[in-house]
Amino acid sequence: MSDATQHGAGQPATRSLHHLDARTKRRNASEKRFKALGIGAIGIGLAFLVILLVTIVSNGATAFQQTFVEVPVYLGAAKLDKKGNRDPEDLKKATTFTYKPLIEQSLLDAVEKSGATTDLAKAKDMKNLISASAASQVRDAVLADPSIIGTTVDFKILASSRVDSYLKGRVHRDEIAKDKNITVAQLDLVDQLRDAGIIHKGFNWAFIFGADASDSRAEQAGIGISMLGSFYMMLVVLVLALPIGVAASIYLEEFAPKNRITDLIEVNISNLAAVPSIVFGILGLAVFIQFAHLPQSAPLVGGLVLTLMTLPTIIISTRAALKAVPPSIRDAALGVGASKMQSVFHHVLPLAMPGILTGTIIGLAQALGETAPLLLIGMVGYIATNSPDGFLDGFVSPNSAMPAQIYEWAKRADPAFYERAWGGIIILLIFLLGMNIIAIILRRKFERRW
Amino acid sequence: MPVLWIVVIVVVLAVVGFVMGRMRALHSAGEDRRSLHSLPNYYGFNVAMFTAVPALLLLLVWMVAQPLIVNTRVSAEIPDALLDGSNMSLVMSDVRRVADGLDTAIAQGALSARQAANIDLQTTDLREVLGSVGVALGSSVDPATLNAAQTYRGMTSTGDLAMTVLVLLAAIAGFAFAYLRTNKDFRARNTVEKGVRVLLIAAASIAILTTIGIVLSLVFNTIEFFRLYPISDFFLGTTWSPSFGGGSDLGILPLLWGTLYISLVALLVAVPIGLFAAVYLSEYATKSVRGIVKPLLEVLAGIPTIVYGLFALLTVGPFLLSIFGANGPTAAMADGGWMHAGTAVMTAGLVMGIMLIPFVSSLSDDIINAVPQSLRDGSYGLGATKSETIKQVILPAALPGIVGAVLLATSRAIGETMIVVLGAGAAARLSMNPFDAMTTVTAKIVSQLTGDADFASPEALVAFALGMTLFVLTLGLNIFALYIVRKYREQYE
Repeated sequence: MSDATQHGAGQPATRSLHHLDARTKRRNASEKRFKALGIGAIGIGLAFLVILLVTIVSNGATAFQQTFVEVPVYLGAAKLDKKGNRDPEDLKKATTFTYKPLIEQSLLDAVEKSGATTDLAKAKDMKNLISASAASQVRDAVLADPSIIGTTVDFKILASSRVDSYLKGRVHRDEIAKDKNITVAQLDLVDQLRDAGIIHKGFNWAFIFGADASDSRAEQAGIGISMLGSFYMMLVVLVLALPIGVAASIYLEEFAPKNRITDLIEVNISNLAAVPSIVFGILGLAVFIQFAHLPQSAPLVGGLVLTLMTLPTIIISTRAALKAVPPSIRDAALGVGASKMQSVFHHVLPLAMPGILTGTIIGLAQALGETAPLLLIGMVGYIATNSPDGFLDGFVSPNSAMPAQIYEWAKRADPAFYERAWGGIIILLIFLLGMNIIAIILRRKFERRW
Repeated sequence: MPVLWIVVIVVVLAVVGFVMGRMRALHSAGEDRRSLHSLPNYYGFNVAMFTAVPALLLLLVWMVAQPLIVNTRVSAEIPDALLDGSNMSLVMSDVRRVADGLDTAIAQGALSARQAANIDLQTTDLREVLGSVGVALGSSVDPATLNAAQTYRGMTSTGDLAMTVLVLLAAIAGFAFAYLRTNKDFRARNTVEKGVRVLLIAAASIAILTTIGIVLSLVFNTIEFFRLYPISDFFLGTTWSPSFGGGSDLGILPLLWGTLYISLVALLVAVPIGLFAAVYLSEYATKSVRGIVKPLLEVLAGIPTIVYGLFALLTVGPFLLSIFGANGPTAAMADGGWMHAGTAVMTAGLVMGIMLIPFVSSLSDDIINAVPQSLRDGSYGLGATKSETIKQVILPAALPGIVGAVLLATSRAIGETMIVVLGAGAAARLSMNPFDAMTTVTAKIVSQLTGDADFASPEALVAFALGMTLFVLTLGLNIFALYIVRKYREQYE
């Protein structure tokens, strides 16, 4: 027995498990500190996430509400149809400048009728309350149906972005001294008109489905057209990246002999996955636009660039999915006389499909949120106002994409666009969330443990 | 004939080929599938493959090659007088625009084909005619340009015709060849599988082609840039002030400094938080906590960078300005505050750090988990506490892998674009103050290449040299990091 060593010299006589000595206390305290640091780090990380999401929602939610002005506009024939023949060609000669005073006068009449007390007595004073888009809205209505000339028609027109921001609490009376787009008297009037129900807020469908607007019309800007651009790009990515990625993975995983060239391809793919996205933008600019003369700003080019960018992601996840299929499946197929190709295409690939689709969806989500390469191929600085004519035209006609549109809004001078940018982010995140949920469901539903 | 129609015809031929090939095979076997060498569908696929693949390949090659050949031929014809004070690519783009404009005019009926071929600049104002069909020209058309445009049109239309005929011939020839070969003893499956294998190899080599494309597009334009701008001034210059009028200083040092400074701030945020989070998650957390926290942290990685950019520009920047700016509580310590605008190294670095937290944490998590359990057990057996085990056993053992993870994160930070474009500012300066606005390599690539850049000027071409620097830098970091991580994994396998 080694009892003798237990009574060795230097042992403090008072040592007991029930009383911690100083050193043990120190060690335990250091243990607690270390654990607290870990919890703290996670707390900070989660706090950042919460702050980010709260910021996005609190700044962006108001973009889905928009202020409208309900005003009966008298469409005087004397001004709009001087010849009195209701000929559409002649009606087109009346530009928006002819319509503007009509709307302003109508609004002034409505103000007087509502009994609001204000010093603003001229039609021109109403200009700052309504959007610059109102005139073209009324003109379009007249051109679509000339018979309404001479009558009074109720229009629901957009309020100007300053009025909208005021009602959403972002423009305050004490800050507008230098603002030439709105005055305090006008804001007083806005308050009264709101109480009278002439100015009211409504859900902003135009933001979700509408087109972008020029710098001076923040209230009219929508993300719909650039959503279409993103849709076309995703279509290109899906149609190209999925088959190419799957084919490449099948080759590398199932057929490739172990040699230098295969190694080179593999190293290449893992490095491509880490190349900064902006470099893919340079590639797109040099190859697709400079060299191949494809049109700038076209979703086709954007889709091609994003395809090259997402290919490594898809290849890596597809290979993982193929690897997860046990070799016994292949052996069994080969054993009953299938060729190697048949065993892969008839047995391994269908079993790996859920994993492949999950990887593809995640790759698509990554591509959907990518902005930097799109800046270089001209998908910014462009006002996406026109929807493409026809399905095929959508691939080549200039367009923007959701993240590029958000960047565009963030750059503009008018702070009213910032709300749009945050709102755009909400829509973008909803899409990403949806795609990720689909991926998770696919994984949960079809995941097999071998 | 439009390319789309050619493709449609070839595809239809292929489908017809599939049906006919299958029928011929069955017929040759006397409708008895058992005496066929392969399954009947393989005979069909064989015919379809021989019909479509060579034809579509020819179409693709032709579409790439024809513009190149036409361009060289036409540019050889352009008289030197036209090149005076201008360069070839600009003249050629004029020529192309006139040629396309004439085609559009014919398509819209503004000109007849005969009129377009014999335009006399004395009697017709071509600019006006083209303007009326929506093709805007910068100046009135020069006779030499028109000449070149007519040659261009002639060659293009001849080329298009030849392409149509040859592609369709190739499709028919492939069809006939494969169809005639089809009989019951033909080894159709082997042929089809060989073909599929070639397609698979082609798909796998697209990755290599992409890399080659990146390298070539960077190298050629960079060489072009260094022809116009001295290489030593680029790498050693300390001022960055591009002016499109000429006489720019394009030194990369201030940009590199900004890039590295912002990356450093980002890493200072991301590495401690990410590392501690990873340690806690892999060593302390219960399974259920881990199952909730890990995906939540990874949400941060799934958020697009444009969102972080906007967050930096509109939330973090103003917040930091309110503390460190001229009106903030720290203003008294520095004359007029450290920070003068919302965009600064700190803004971009902080936000980029947040973005990198999940990147660092999930990589380190994997690496810590790869440390063998026996090391932990040995340490516990000696009486070490959990934190002592982590600090003295696990982290040293995982160190190479963690260094690799940090290097990967650095490469991400250096290549990040949207956060710095929106959050870091546009002024290139060499300063130590982290609250100054600075700019980065990626932000300048964007600003030099967006808009209507003239690719011949050094101010636009410099973006390619910047891109090359970025590519080499990140590639070097990645290869080094992957090498370290791989070495580390082998150590414990």
